[in-house]
Amino acid sequence: MVQLRHAPLDVSFAALSDPTRRGILERLGQADASITDLAETFQMTLTGMKKHVGVLEQAGLVTTAKVGRVRTCRLGLRRLEEEAAWIERYRQLWDARFDVLDEIVAELNRGDKSKDRKERPTP
Amino acid sequence: MRNPTTVERTSEREIVVTRTFNGPAHVVFEAWSRPEYIKRWWVPSSFGMTFVSCEADVRTGGTYRFVFSHPAAEQPMAFFGRYIDVTPPSRIVWTNEEGADGPISTVTFEEKDGQTLLVLRELYPSKQALDDAIASGSTGTSGASEQFELLDELLVSLASP
Repeated sequence: MVQLRHAPLDVSFAALSDPTRRGILERLGQADASITDLAETFQMTLTGMKKHVGVLEQAGLVTTAKVGRVRTCRLGLRRLEEEAAWIERYRQLWDARFDVLDEIVAELNRGDKSKDRKERPTP
Repeated sequence: MRNPTTVERTSEREIVVTRTFNGPAHVVFEAWSRPEYIKRWWVPSSFGMTFVSCEADVRTGGTYRFVFSHPAAEQPMAFFGRYIDVTPPSRIVWTNEEGADGPISTVTFEEKDGQTLLVLRELYPSKQALDDAIASGSTGTSGASEQFELLDELLVSLASP
């Protein structure tokens, strides 16, 4: 995959060398989870879990996002790749909207011109 | 002629969308702001969503409320806010209030030689707000499957000698 070519593999290997971190990935493969959920599942302190999640985040295997007061972890692309993918999807959305807006502008333009023709007949 | 659409993150807090239209600014403004036209262009058919209702009072101090349904969603989704500044035919500024930390959106229509350059700026209250919008926007099915493919590939490469 394209993403892998740019991913620092040694960082990913280091992240995956730990059985707890592999467990976290398996868990997140089933569903997103908060740091608190993960700490409970793996019977670990919040601080310890934050460190593990930090290593996985650095490796681009997990992303976190704050929703309200809870930081949710999920399997994820590295942030820059994720942002590029989001921007491209956003561009496609606006591009599709603007294609329809184009049609409406063309219709309105024709309306404008027919009005002009009524006022000033073309020779 | 179909003109290209560009999207760029211009700062930690801002996303900018641009497109040129083949018509004067007052026409693009009208197409953008009248509810009967908004219903046609805001939800592209390829996105599988349909308008349930569309109210837009595009005047300074006016409000809007767009309600959509999608086959995959149990409940219709509502998007709403206020028009902070409306200056026909060149500028519309509105809020996005359906979630916390929504952006302030500013669209400008700049006419030159019979064409109109549309620039839409979405300014989020903080870097975190925009980062979170991006992160939550990629929890969709296509994003998730890419992530699983990435993970699959990593696990395969780990298993090989």
